[in-house]
Amino acid sequence: MDIFAEPFFQRALVGGVLIGLMAPLIGTFLVLRRFSMIGDTLAHVSIAGVALGFLLGVYPLAVGLAFAVVASFFIERLRRAYKSYAELSIAIIMSGGVALATFLFTLGKGFNMDVTGYLFGSVYTLSRADLWLVFAVTAVVLTMLVTFYKELFLITFDEEAASVSGLPLRTLNLVTTVLTALVIGVAIKIVGALLVSALLTVPAACSLLVGKSFRHSLYVSVLYSEAAVVGGLVAAGIWNWAPGATVVLTLILLLVVTLVAKRGMNARK
Amino acid sequence: MRTDAMTSVSAGRCHQCVVSIENVSFQYGRRNVIENLNVSILQRDFVGLVGSNGAGKTTLLRMIVGLLKPTRGQIRLFGQPIERFRDWERIGYVPQRNSLNPLFPATVREVVLSGLYGRKKMFRGTTEADLKKCAEALSALGIDDIADRRIGQLSGGQQQRVFLARALVNKPDLLILDEPTTGIDAETQANFFRMIRHMHERHNMTFLIVSHDIDLLHSYLGYEPKLICGKLKFYVKHSHESENCAETNLIHSLREFRADREPVAAARK
Repeated sequence: MDIFAEPFFQRALVGGVLIGLMAPLIGTFLVLRRFSMIGDTLAHVSIAGVALGFLLGVYPLAVGLAFAVVASFFIERLRRAYKSYAELSIAIIMSGGVALATFLFTLGKGFNMDVTGYLFGSVYTLSRADLWLVFAVTAVVLTMLVTFYKELFLITFDEEAASVSGLPLRTLNLVTTVLTALVIGVAIKIVGALLVSALLTVPAACSLLVGKSFRHSLYVSVLYSEAAVVGGLVAAGIWNWAPGATVVLTLILLLVVTLVAKRGMNARK
Repeated sequence: MRTDAMTSVSAGRCHQCVVSIENVSFQYGRRNVIENLNVSILQRDFVGLVGSNGAGKTTLLRMIVGLLKPTRGQIRLFGQPIERFRDWERIGYVPQRNSLNPLFPATVREVVLSGLYGRKKMFRGTTEADLKKCAEALSALGIDDIADRRIGQLSGGQQQRVFLARALVNKPDLLILDEPTTGIDAETQANFFRMIRHMHERHNMTFLIVSHDIDLLHSYLGYEPKLICGKLKFYVKHSHESENCAETNLIHSLREFRADREPVAAARK
């Protein structure tokens, strides 16, 4: 059990808990707006940023984060251009991101690129600087969510009514997308770009089944996510499993259990 | 409503003009959806807007609530050009019910409360006064006993009342209803319409009801449309035709109205 005393594991746990807090909060809003895939898209784009960071010798996580934020502006722009097909903007940016990442990888042949760490997550390599970045992003995301909770609720529930009540839809949509980009940008370090979407969507999928109200659903999604992050990281530490994958599989296990329990309860009624 | 808008309404600047639509055209690509429409809805008018699918009802509605910009022409709300209009809480909006996702975890109370979230309430928390307004609207429509249930679990008629409560919570001057009776059984439809009529006859409110099916409105609005523009037909009951405008408290009068019509519900209390 000596792994728990190691600073790298403690850093991983703190970073994981912070991301496990903000990812499902923003994820619930995204899922309810049928925007589940945005997490995947932004993650692929930030991989391109990470690759560029390695090429230029700049802090890769920050470059990835910047790429995700820039991509989020493009997604909003494309979303307006193809109004009723919002998912088209996601598909375009996703493939664009993968193409750019591949392009940069091949340019960087011969460089020592630790890109796999960002694809599959490398939570144990979380440095002190990484942790500060995660901390800053958490502070920003939570502040924004608390400030705009009412407005985001209304936009999510009924965009037209939100417009009729005079809310600045464009600005609020942009805020949501940029916040998502921030969360994704730091979360790829924990679970990896290929899995990050799970942290946004699976807790929301669970909480939709059991939430008694919107606010309650948000709390429940955080509970699911933290249970999976802490449980997954500890299990991975003990049995030497891949940490990101263990977290995601734990989440999916929790979802399956919830589905079965829910079905059992409905059958009894 | 006046159809000879430009002459009689002096370019829509008259004070009782709730909505004035001046020479408005709208094109999707090259197709003219609405061509040179001139309509003024005056205070306390009851307007039924009828048309088949694709007639431009939704387009017109979306223009009136500021979601779409006319290709040509000008829309004014309460005498102000729509771009500069800020008093959105004067407009209540009841959306089409089929836009509701049954899995959405919001409770009835959360939905009704969201009627108070406008631009002017940004950066402000929910106050005691807000909660009181919400409770009043819930009890006026007889849905206080289901206030903590998830909206997706309710019947169509109950959901309709929730949306009406949300629209009324601000005590608006103009109430816009988009296909309010789709998917609701005939008896509930008739009840709902009686309630709307009661509000029109007793209160200083203006109504715009959009529907593809005017049967329910005919007895109230007559069989002859007052204005036809393309495939859009406007039926109207002018303000002076309705009597006994008592200007009493809307919420109280709705409660009394329900006590009259719903002996079962009244006896239960």
